[in-house]
Amino acid sequence: MVNAVAKQPIDLARAAAVAASVPDPELPFMTVSDLGILRDVFIENDIVVAQVSPTYSGCPAVVVIEQSILAALTEAGFNSRVQRMMSPAWTTDWITTEGRKKLRANGIAAPAAGRGTDNNPASEPILFSRITVSCPQCDSDNTHKVSEFGSTPCKAQYRCDSCGEPFDYFKCL
Amino acid sequence: MVYKRALIETVVQLADDHLILGHRLSQWCGHAPMLEEDLSMPNMALDLVGQARNLYSYAAELEGEDRSEDDLAYLRTDREYRNCLLVERPNTDFAYTMVRQLYFTAFMRPFWQGVLTGSDTTLAGIAGKAIKETGYHLRHSGEWVVRLGDGTEESSRRMKDAVSTLHPYTDELFSVDAGRQQCIEQGIVPGPEQLRAAWCSTIKSVFSQALLEVPEVEYPLCGGRDGRHTEDFGYLLADLQYLQRTYPGAQW
Repeated sequence: MVNAVAKQPIDLARAAAVAASVPDPELPFMTVSDLGILRDVFIENDIVVAQVSPTYSGCPAVVVIEQSILAALTEAGFNSRVQRMMSPAWTTDWITTEGRKKLRANGIAAPAAGRGTDNNPASEPILFSRITVSCPQCDSDNTHKVSEFGSTPCKAQYRCDSCGEPFDYFKCL
Repeated sequence: MVYKRALIETVVQLADDHLILGHRLSQWCGHAPMLEEDLSMPNMALDLVGQARNLYSYAAELEGEDRSEDDLAYLRTDREYRNCLLVERPNTDFAYTMVRQLYFTAFMRPFWQGVLTGSDTTLAGIAGKAIKETGYHLRHSGEWVVRLGDGTEESSRRMKDAVSTLHPYTDELFSVDAGRQQCIEQGIVPGPEQLRAAWCSTIKSVFSQALLEVPEVEYPLCGGRDGRHTEDFGYLLADLQYLQRTYPGAQW
């Protein structure tokens, strides 16, 4: 079967679409493309290569994501491999507009756009800083941080002081 | 590469620091003083173990022998681990844990910053991810040090106790052996003067907000970089290695 496929020209656009539609295991309503972790899909020596950038150094979902992409491509008939890209480091700025909408629709406040790369390690640490996070339920900016850490490495816990709902905030990285 | 051995040694030292501190933080899982912290410490442990994994796999790749990242992490004896003593010190209480975290993270931030613009591209890639994580680890521990240092009589007493006990271990962070020296000369990692200046400035800034004083250290405590560890390390390692020692090659 693999041989039969290899004799025909590889449909790169279809392969890219297959890879892009793979869901994230922890946020199943988000695809790897929405999250911006699928960096590129190309053909090298008759093999489809999907480049994936991990979100956090220790994200337990990394291997699952890589295997899911590989499985999806194999099932669609592509001879493929996944390449992990450390550099440039993933940033929440790569989450697409569509991805941000989906986060919000699922009760998760999206990371403030364009803030992912502004951490300047040369300066002194700024403690107790506050950023405005809007409640995904009622849109109020009257919210406060409960903890910078939540159910997955990428989320922080917030509570809305207007509607009283607790919610997850996808923190900037 | 003439300095390959030196690079492997430096990468393993770094990896050991991260694995051991990650393991220490993970020991808080289910024991933290509040639910939010029960999530935060294992979350940071995950970051540290992830960083350790990236470093071990780079070391294994450089070695080019049969050892894998798992062999390096799980199958060495205590004398073969090269982490600094600070990271293996017991959790003791939340104050100790936060002071230890602040000391380490305040060191890693300028360290990764130097590696990021250094001459080794793989290490710079690892630094690129790690530095972002280090940023919020520093915020987390720094804020707790301020809250507790400038808190109640009891929390302040515990913070002062943690600072005076742990401060003598910080000198080892800046130690430079022959291998490290070579890596500094090759422009792979930053040198100790630059790191110490950045570290001191961060600690001073946090401590002044926390109403804590930076102690004078008469006798710095070190030995981990030479494989001479504290008694507590043996217990930690027994726990860490148990599964791989009992069920060799086990995977999940």
